[in-house]
Amino acid sequence: MAEALLEVRKLSRRFAAVDALKVVDFSVAAGEVHALIGPNGAGKTTFIHHVSGALKPDSGSVHFAGSDVTGLAMHDRVAAGMARSWQITNVFGGLSALDNVALAVQGRPDAGSSFRFWRPVRSERWLFDEAQNHLEQVGLGARASALAGSLAHGEQRALELAMALATRPQLLLLDEPMAGTGPEESARMVELIEHLARHVTILLVEHDMDAVFRLADRISVLVDGCLIATGTPDEVRADPEVRRAYLGDGA
Amino acid sequence: MAFYRPAAYQKPLALGLLVVLAVLPYVLNAAGQEFYIGFATRILIFALAATSLNLVLGFGGMFSLGHAAFFGAGAYVAAFCMSSGISEALIAFPLAMIVAGLLALLVGALSLRTRGVYFIMITLAFAQMIYYLFVSARVLGGDDGLPLTGRMTLAGFSLGSDSALFYAALGALVLALIILGRLTDARFGRTIQAIRENESRMEGLGYPVFRYRLVCFALGGALAGLAGALLANLTGLASPNVLQWMQSGTLLVMVIIGGVGYLYGGVVGAAVLLTLEEVLVGFTPHWHIGLGLLLIGIVLFAPRGVAALFGKCDG
Repeated sequence: MAEALLEVRKLSRRFAAVDALKVVDFSVAAGEVHALIGPNGAGKTTFIHHVSGALKPDSGSVHFAGSDVTGLAMHDRVAAGMARSWQITNVFGGLSALDNVALAVQGRPDAGSSFRFWRPVRSERWLFDEAQNHLEQVGLGARASALAGSLAHGEQRALELAMALATRPQLLLLDEPMAGTGPEESARMVELIEHLARHVTILLVEHDMDAVFRLADRISVLVDGCLIATGTPDEVRADPEVRRAYLGDGA
Repeated sequence: MAFYRPAAYQKPLALGLLVVLAVLPYVLNAAGQEFYIGFATRILIFALAATSLNLVLGFGGMFSLGHAAFFGAGAYVAAFCMSSGISEALIAFPLAMIVAGLLALLVGALSLRTRGVYFIMITLAFAQMIYYLFVSARVLGGDDGLPLTGRMTLAGFSLGSDSALFYAALGALVLALIILGRLTDARFGRTIQAIRENESRMEGLGYPVFRYRLVCFALGGALAGLAGALLANLTGLASPNVLQWMQSGTLLVMVIIGGVGYLYGGVVGAAVLLTLEEVLVGFTPHWHIGLGLLLIGIVLFAPRGVAALFGKCDG
């Protein structure tokens, strides 16, 4: 097993009197595609929020690339190389696809400060050239000037990916990238993620089991806030507890 | 909404207006209507104050109900400078901007952790605290305010004549509009506008949202401070009225009438509101009724403000 890029230790979080999350030990190895599956309400998105920094745990810690990031805000974790996509499409609808990605490029630490008040962004050609590259990477090269809000749903999901990529992440957190997409768009998204996985480590939350078993190197199963199994797709498929709690006997 | 982009004819229109304004004092003097030079100056000053609020509200998306605190603070700094023997505007005005900006930095640092209605309330609360602080301070003149013994000099030239002060206010406004026009197109402007649209997305792209908001809020405060210092020169008094929440409300109404998030929204709003007041006051002391009707009309027919009728924020 390669070195762990992301490690979550003894993480717990309660909402009101309910234990929302009790993850004892979880890690994502550098280079792998790690899928997190589980029934609705199991706490998958809550877990992603804790990894990305949108929520803070009651106890426990999150380690990324060798350092403890538990106390870091989301924007600092992004700067450290952790990017995320949202379960619900989250793009700037009033801006062109290119402007969306250019914003992502501009926000990167190595792109320089955004406390610049005089020089028009338009004159910084490289921001847009790089944004265009990222759009082409996700197959949106021809849609650069279209308003993000006017893109088809699947295109918007791809645009989200392009924005995440533009932050040059080591780790991509993808929260249900296939959500709401049709079969064709879904297939294209799987291909895209497969392609991306060659360059970046991915933690994938997804309900589409065909996609999960095709993409994942390892799978973790979350039920009622607890991890009940982690292993290769074959191991997880064969795990009796997983079959009972989630996959059903048909899987 | 998208990033602000001015309409193609905005620049020629603004330049034309600038030419008219440049000769206005001569025309008014020749026509024997000197009174209106002071009135025009008042519009320019409020245009600057409303523009500074528009930076915070329209571009930064922060609905502050305490902007008058910074406007008023600028006026008091100017008056305080005068009474301490500093009558040079090149010293007093930047000082007013620094004090108002720092005050905004402090208020912003505490209130920008809240959102929505809480933010509106907490900015109002801070502004009222500052108001009562100023009113109760004997050294600042208490209820009576702090009078200025005369007008300042700007780089040695006296602002004593109404025309001179008019040009100083015009210069300040033009400078502010040029800077803000550049700013909205620059990295910072795109950043705060995108934060206005979707804060969590920007956080997720690695932007420290709080910091950008705070700087925007402080810049707006500093600009309001400059307007306040000019106003003190015009009226010869730093009055507690300028600090009051009603004043914040007036500035908000100006921005809303003119166009939230439009570069010239504050200018248009100040001109419309003050002109309307001036005209209606001649007919009836209940001129607010006319203002109310205008506001209803704007909401019905130009919900994005008068400036939006002439240009669009594409998207």
